[in-house]
Amino acid sequence: MVPVLQVENLKTTFYTEYGVVKAVDGVSFYVDEGEIIGLVGESGCGKSVSVLSTMQLIQPPGRIEGGQVLFKGENILKYDPKGEEMSSIRGGKIAMIFQEPMTSLNPVLTISRQLTEALEIHLDMDRESARQRAIDLLKMVGVPEAERRIDDYPHQFSGGMRQRVMIAMAMSCNPAVIIADEPTTAVDVTTQAQLLELMVDLVTRNHTALIIVTHNLGVVARYVRRIYVMYAGRIVESGPSDEIFERPRHPYTVGLLGSVPRLGEKRGTRKLVPIGGMPPDLIHMPPTCAFLPRCQFKIKKCYEEPWPALRQVGENHFTACFVDIGDKL
Amino acid sequence: MNGKTDEILLEVQDLKMYFPILRGLLRRRVGDIKAVDGVSFFVRRRETLGLVGESGCGKTTVGRCVLRLYQPTAGTIKFNGTDITKIPEGKLKPIRREIGAIFQDPFSSLNPRQTAGSIVADPLRVHNLASGRDLDERVAQLFRMVGLDPRMADRVPHEFSGGQRQRIGIARALASQPSFVICDEPISALDVSIQAQIINLLEELQEKLGLTYLFIAHDLAVVQHISNRIAVMYLGRIVEITSSDELYDNPLHPYTKALLSAVPVPDPKVEKTRRRIILKGEVPSPATPPPGCHFHPRCEIATGECTEHVPPLRDVGGGHYVACFKA
Amino acid sequence: MQEKDLKNKLAEPSTDEETFVPPHHSEWKRIGRVFLRRPISLIGLIIVAILVIMAIFAPWIAPYDPLKTNPLNKFAPISSEHWLGTDQLGRDVFSRIVYGARTSLTVGIIAVATGGVIGMAMGLAAAYFGGWVSAIIMRFTDAIMALPGLILILLISGLVGGGIPIVTFALAFGSIPGNCRMMYGQALSIKQRDYVMAARAMGMSSSRVMLTQIFPNAFAPLLVGMTMALGTVVLAEAGLSYLGIGITPPTPSWGVMVNDGQKFLMTDPKLSLIPGAAIMIMVFGFNMAGDGLRDAIDPTLRGIV
Repeated sequence: MVPVLQVENLKTTFYTEYGVVKAVDGVSFYVDEGEIIGLVGESGCGKSVSVLSTMQLIQPPGRIEGGQVLFKGENILKYDPKGEEMSSIRGGKIAMIFQEPMTSLNPVLTISRQLTEALEIHLDMDRESARQRAIDLLKMVGVPEAERRIDDYPHQFSGGMRQRVMIAMAMSCNPAVIIADEPTTAVDVTTQAQLLELMVDLVTRNHTALIIVTHNLGVVARYVRRIYVMYAGRIVESGPSDEIFERPRHPYTVGLLGSVPRLGEKRGTRKLVPIGGMPPDLIHMPPTCAFLPRCQFKIKKCYEEPWPALRQVGENHFTACFVDIGDKL
Repeated sequence: MNGKTDEILLEVQDLKMYFPILRGLLRRRVGDIKAVDGVSFFVRRRETLGLVGESGCGKTTVGRCVLRLYQPTAGTIKFNGTDITKIPEGKLKPIRREIGAIFQDPFSSLNPRQTAGSIVADPLRVHNLASGRDLDERVAQLFRMVGLDPRMADRVPHEFSGGQRQRIGIARALASQPSFVICDEPISALDVSIQAQIINLLEELQEKLGLTYLFIAHDLAVVQHISNRIAVMYLGRIVEITSSDELYDNPLHPYTKALLSAVPVPDPKVEKTRRRIILKGEVPSPATPPPGCHFHPRCEIATGECTEHVPPLRDVGGGHYVACFKA
Repeated sequence: MQEKDLKNKLAEPSTDEETFVPPHHSEWKRIGRVFLRRPISLIGLIIVAILVIMAIFAPWIAPYDPLKTNPLNKFAPISSEHWLGTDQLGRDVFSRIVYGARTSLTVGIIAVATGGVIGMAMGLAAAYFGGWVSAIIMRFTDAIMALPGLILILLISGLVGGGIPIVTFALAFGSIPGNCRMMYGQALSIKQRDYVMAARAMGMSSSRVMLTQIFPNAFAPLLVGMTMALGTVVLAEAGLSYLGIGITPPTPSWGVMVNDGQKFLMTDPKLSLIPGAAIMIMVFGFNMAGDGLRDAIDPTLRGIV
């Protein structure tokens, strides 16, 4: 089966005033039809840039410098970012949900206008049926009194409701893939639960693929089947979620799991093990593995060789590390 | 360990903080935002009380009332037995020395135009605790205590990483050797891998200096990790207080249950077995809270009683308090 | 080559958060570097320096007495004898420009500084204390603002007469509301920042919170505004002189020179164009230097440039 979206060796570089930042440096991932995957990492690891590059939404000084983005086998990076083909893919075939809905909704247009516009463009609907479909969409995502509220402006909605509107917009043209970039970071935990449950329910019903980009390991553990862990612009580990949480094979993943408190742990039974050191300086990257200065498993080889490529360590489980840390845990 | 551990250091009783809503040309008061609406709790010496709730629940306002950054509308705040709500600002200095504060955002809690050394020295100067060489020595000591190199004292906040900035904030909070520290979301602005460093530091310092913490946060997993007891707030009121372990094992209030179930656990095996309670609707505005129990419009077990009367925070045994008629 | 890179990396100090010491340089060197990085601020600084030197050393720089008339040599063109020619009374224009720098700079700087200090202090107090303090201060500034600037100044000079001190005072007074409002807005937003909360929570006195926490952060954006105000003030001074209530005629001032020259705009335009250009250069100079200074003292640029 061909994955619905396959990203191959993607490279995106930012030429900033202070230096060259390889924000995404050879990232590959795929998502199958109807599958839910997670792209995990801390701020600055390149997870957002990866998905923005996939959609060709990178602004200067950033530039996509290499790789392929295959949507149903077709490389969409060859299209002009401002061209017609690309805009019919964005929203129509691959939709995106951003962290802060207020910045992705136009504040001077009513919700109705913003929802129907996409329907009229991508699905060629007329005004009346587009409006009816928009109301149905709002009802579907749980906006109360949808008939009345559809004529409101974005600022009249709460943060959680705005995010529901974003979900409605993303779902409106029945896309094959939805990319949710930190969709619940700006909202509270009970609202987060509401939104994620809604999103997962909708994509499951419509057989849509979902890519959740997040720093929250809990969200990943709850909803995601396959995980990609990113660090300093690269994927350092990937594999089935159960496998990665059970048997992490990259020191960074091990570190992340050890440093977050878990709900329900008896107090005082486990001391958190922080990852020492600081996140990498993306402008001055070492020629070696970027995690080396913070790594607790490092061996001599790590200092002598460039950043290791991903290697298989289990079924569909890959890690970018020389060390077999399985024996050391 | 010296001193009585079950001695009560802070006792807040029926605290209310209303912010007026002003409208029109004459700035007439048309209503109140009841940010904190009758909150009572106590903190024992050397323990950590976690104050948890979602944004707008009033947890930060409670912290600011205890710090007397706000003058409470009603209620008492007894610190070491003295009601600090009645003390005029001019006479508050000795109390202020005893209560330290750590703020959420290490980017906005440090004056960008002051050097790190000067920031940490401020409390020492304000309370006349040191000057000259002695001051420099004390600042260097504080730097080392929070794991910073004293050679960095002449840098401005912008030159530090997020985690380092929060360390500066902690050093400042501890400079006047307070016994009580209010930590308002001290780690939520930090990266995941740095959060654990700061949590561990706070725990070590508590152990070493015998500190008492009021730990305000929205992340229940973090709060549960660091706190002895937890108070859960919803829309200006405390709905449940109990020990950290008991809160997870035996939550009584329907809101606490929903909150617990909403926090995902980073372990797929655990996640597969958990029951998820998805709340309906949204948190009402604190300007027009529902009558009776504030939670009743979203509650699955609410009855007529809940819509009319405010459930009191009652003891169900073993130091477990809950504000629910049905629990 | 690659091997060498690797060895350098190995020799590098630990990047552990606890022991990591970011590279640091002297603050003065850095401020100098910011200035040098942007030639425009350096140019501004040079202009300001030249003007100040001109004002201080006027008697040594000016080749002639700026007040000495010469009825036989009126409207002289630019020559090696009179670098910028002479005016309608045969006075040496270059000498008058040099002496004029004295008057204009003194009036300008004193007026802007006084108006700035008083206005900002009022704005700061209004923002910090709020309530009735703010009500009184803000209504007072509203009252000043309600009067058109010129009428206000006419009123003052009508009451106490003209002359440099009065003009300076009048101009300073007129700039109070603007500075007050700007500082009020800035301070109000900074007051909500956590570091101000932290300072209050530790028991820092109000005056100290205002001076060490709020003011330094509110001031920077006002700095550039003040350098621009300098130009406005010098021009206003000219306007007042024109109405006969400003600088009394024989005293050279750029504003007065622009006005005097205006009558001969058709016959000898340089008489008003030269002092006009001088004002323009001064405003540019202060503006560019002020811009550079704002960046140079910006702590968020430390460690970057």
